[in-house]
Amino acid sequence: MTKIDKDIALVTGPPKDINNVQKIATLIGMSGLLILVLAAFNVNFPHKGIWLAIALASIAGGIILYSKGAYGNKQEGIKNDGVWFKSISNRGFWGWIAGIAMTGFYIVLYFFPALLGLNADGENTGIISLFDPLSRMLSGNAASQWFVYGTMYTVAIIAFGIKFMWKYRHNKYERLRTFSVMFFQTGFAFIIPELMTRLNSDKFSLPYYDLKNVWPLNYSNFEQYRVDDMISAGNVGLGLLIFGVASVLIITPIMTYKYGKRWYCSWVCGCGGLAETAGDPFRQLSDKSTWAWKMERWMVHSVVVFVVIMTTAVVSTYLGYDDQKYWLTRETFLIGVIAILTILIGLLFFFRRDELKKDAKIGAIGYFVIIVAMIGIHYSAGSRIFIFEAETLRSTYGFLIGSVFSGVIGTGFYPILGNRSWCRFGCPMAAIMGMQQRFFSKFRITTNGGQCISCGNCSTYCEMGIDVKAYAQKGQNIVRSSCVGCGVCSAVCPRGVLKLENGEDSGDSRYDSDPITFGNDGIKLNM
Amino acid sequence: MKHIAIIGNGISGVTAARHIRKLSDHKITLISAETEHFFSRTALMYVYMGHMKQEHVKPYEDHFWSKNRIDLKFGYVSKVDANNKKLVFDNQEELEFDDLIIACGSKPNKFGWKGQDLDGVQGLYSWQDLELMGKNSVNCERAVIVGGGLIGVEMAEMFLSRGIKVTFLVREKRFWGSVLPKEESELVSRHIISHHVDLRFETELEEIIPDENGRAKAIRTNDGEEIICQFVGLTAGVGPNVDFLNGGSVDLNRGVLVNEFLETNIPNVYSIGDCAEFHQHPTGRRNMEQVWYTGKMMGETVAQTICGTKTAYKPGIWFNSAKFFDIEYQTYGWVWAQPKENEAVLYWEHNDGKKCLKLIYDNNNGSFLAVNVFGIRLRHKVLDYWIKNETKIEEVLQNLEDANFEPQFYENSFPEIKKMFLLQLPKTV
Ligand SMILES: Cc1cc2nc3c(=O)[nH]c(=O)nc-3n(C[C@H](O)[C@H](O)[C@H](O)COP(=O)(O)OP(=O)(O)OC[C@H]3O[C@@H](n4cnc5c(N)ncnc54)[C@H](O)[C@@H]3O)c2cc1C
Ligand code: SF4
Ligand code: SF4
Repeated sequence: MTKIDKDIALVTGPPKDINNVQKIATLIGMSGLLILVLAAFNVNFPHKGIWLAIALASIAGGIILYSKGAYGNKQEGIKNDGVWFKSISNRGFWGWIAGIAMTGFYIVLYFFPALLGLNADGENTGIISLFDPLSRMLSGNAASQWFVYGTMYTVAIIAFGIKFMWKYRHNKYERLRTFSVMFFQTGFAFIIPELMTRLNSDKFSLPYYDLKNVWPLNYSNFEQYRVDDMISAGNVGLGLLIFGVASVLIITPIMTYKYGKRWYCSWVCGCGGLAETAGDPFRQLSDKSTWAWKMERWMVHSVVVFVVIMTTAVVSTYLGYDDQKYWLTRETFLIGVIAILTILIGLLFFFRRDELKKDAKIGAIGYFVIIVAMIGIHYSAGSRIFIFEAETLRSTYGFLIGSVFSGVIGTGFYPILGNRSWCRFGCPMAAIMGMQQRFFSKFRITTNGGQCISCGNCSTYCEMGIDVKAYAQKGQNIVRSSCVGCGVCSAVCPRGVLKLENGEDSGDSRYDSDPITFGNDGIKLNM
Repeated sequence: MKHIAIIGNGISGVTAARHIRKLSDHKITLISAETEHFFSRTALMYVYMGHMKQEHVKPYEDHFWSKNRIDLKFGYVSKVDANNKKLVFDNQEELEFDDLIIACGSKPNKFGWKGQDLDGVQGLYSWQDLELMGKNSVNCERAVIVGGGLIGVEMAEMFLSRGIKVTFLVREKRFWGSVLPKEESELVSRHIISHHVDLRFETELEEIIPDENGRAKAIRTNDGEEIICQFVGLTAGVGPNVDFLNGGSVDLNRGVLVNEFLETNIPNVYSIGDCAEFHQHPTGRRNMEQVWYTGKMMGETVAQTICGTKTAYKPGIWFNSAKFFDIEYQTYGWVWAQPKENEAVLYWEHNDGKKCLKLIYDNNNGSFLAVNVFGIRLRHKVLDYWIKNETKIEEVLQNLEDANFEPQFYENSFPEIKKMFLLQLPKTV
């Protein structure tokens, strides 16, 4: 870079002070947070229910008032002024502080819950005890660290969701899908499972089931204790089990075919929900380089292979030693898995060989690894796959992917890596739907003829790190497996170039591409 | 293998280079004295406002150039020696070429105002202008912008994003009156004023008044009013940046004169983009069109010719777009500020006063001619098809919704528009 290529804006751009409303809002929000922190340091609040209500209300209220200060007196429109000047959103000092604080919180949550007041035997103390009254109200039981986390997660999605809707109040697509994630988080992830626990008795016990949480995102859904619970819980339980399988094999493919993976990733999913609301100020930090794209493809597909092998190993293990109990035997199950995978891969290679091109390699390697592992499971005794215990695989996956990747890095690093690094690099659900979105779906982002001015807004604000303008400036539609359909690229485009659409599932209209600017009538050849 | 030198790494020069590379193995040297890597000029405002940094407004990653064997040369060409086929740089370095493409772009117009070269007075065109604007914005309370075009509005929005008050002087009776018809112009004016811009029509700059350090401290208008300001933005259009070609053998008028093949008077020397001026525009439009899209198309065309397929420049149906603060604008076909005699006009405006749609058709035969649209997105391909094929206005109205490019779930104004327009349509067409 020459001296001229340096960035001027940061030298001279004034990081605007926040206004008075925002200052008061910050104070209110922080005081709510302070109550939680004091509780965490074992300040024993009397009337826990009331203090908890005050804390949560001030946090949510602070966030909402802050949004009013930020957007209330401005006209409808794109609100990205100063994003790269503020240290919280440009990976500056406050960004790192926030990242470290959040990462710290996740580490304590996953690995040292005792610090939060979870006591192996005996009453909760600390911050967890503060949540006991709410938990008793919902499920009848004392709180756990997961209840604390779930509550805060839900409050964050609701409060930051309102902020996001305010910010994009001119954009009905954004408002609707944000309302949708708020609804699914509050209802499906939070309230319903807690109430379901209430139904449990000695004879009847349902596993904690967030219905919208589909395998493989919910990697433990088919573990023995859950399956046993469901089978033993009569029709309701069996219904849940069937629903669990159907959501993987039927609902997800149909919805993804019709609408692309956005139906899940940015309308339903909880991880996506947090990313789109609390994570929205960090969406511009995703890495757009081709290098990151390469990384993404290898990483996310490796996770898919890992989760398929792990789940198959776990399920076939309990099918193996308890074969009286289930109508499925270990052999049928293994053959079934292999058959389904072979059919899927076969269909892909047969119908989409042209689009597949280079990716055929990744697909073939993944398939090969899985098949070898299946054979390994078959010929290994008992619960082993080659030399690994199925249980070891499961706990390794749970630790590496379930905790460290999705939580500590995925969410804790929002202010550093952007808000969707888990969804992009780690989520096996997103990867599977992504493959389908790329090859068998009606969804695409259409570009508007020749109107693109290559300004770069779309790419900058794409949380999945897709270089949207690389397609738009060539007049190509965007058909990318990682696109979660958040619609923000379309929203920030100053020239109306991008539209998220469901149309024909393949053929020219979907991939539409002509390297010559639309409207240049002099040139007819297609290079 | 020829050596093709390109002066200017803007959209025109870069598009030419890319397409030459696609079509051939020629050696390509892309020259610029502005920035080492191509950036999107249209995105300058977003860098100032903090939406993006410089790295985001580069349309290609830095490794793109070496990967595609496009040599980048950073330096200012002070002379084109066309007869000896070489370029002379300001440091006396020389570069020989077989073919030359002049794509040197524009520079802001200055009309000889008194005080136009003072500190704190500038236009906005180059990356250096943007840097200067950053410096000039420090401790600035009020800026005066002179000239009501697109860059002026962008500048106003830029200042407001930093809390700097703006007075906007427009010579015409209404905003962008040379291009926009009355209704559209009023819609835009209302919106600009709603952002607290002090917008003044029929007001011209008389003089810029310096302080003791030679910095602008106020301006005087043609009404004799003095306005205190720390910044004066000159945005009264742009003109070809061709001073370095003066006295050379390449024919100039205001810009570099070219024929329909983008050839200058000298063999193997071409000119494209903002700086090119047609003897006569191939489609009868103005002889200079300083927009992004035409630069791109000329780049594509000249690449064909240089690589052996002699190709005339033939732009299709005119289109353009812009954004005025929060309101997007698109146009397809040519909408005149004053309708021509044979033109009939259909106009709809949303009752929020921020969206409108204007269709122009031919009175005589009912063919659809052009559209202006504000606050609604239309589908380029559909409009292009209708205009190109002289589709009858009735058919256009019947199928109006095919042109809808609004995001999903948006309020759909098309049924209302269609109903209203069908009522207005005389029965004869
Ligand atoms: C703020 C702004 C916003 C705009 N917005 C829009 C828009 O929304 N839509 C639209 O259609 N158009 C827009 N335009 C116009 C559009 O940017 C131009 O039409 C387009 O960039 C012209 O491209 P070009 O390649 O012809 O020239 P340029 O982009 O000007 O490139 C020419 C390059 O050549 C270099 N150069 C010149 N002389 C020499 C020399 N002697 N030696 C070495 N290098 C030299 C210059 O430094 C420059 O880098 C905008 C312009 C500005 C300034
Ligand atoms: S491409 Fe657009 S819609 Fe898709 S994830 Fe990126 S910003 Fe969202
Ligand atoms: S698609 Fe829109 S936002 Fe993206 S580069 Fe083009 S004009 Fe800019």
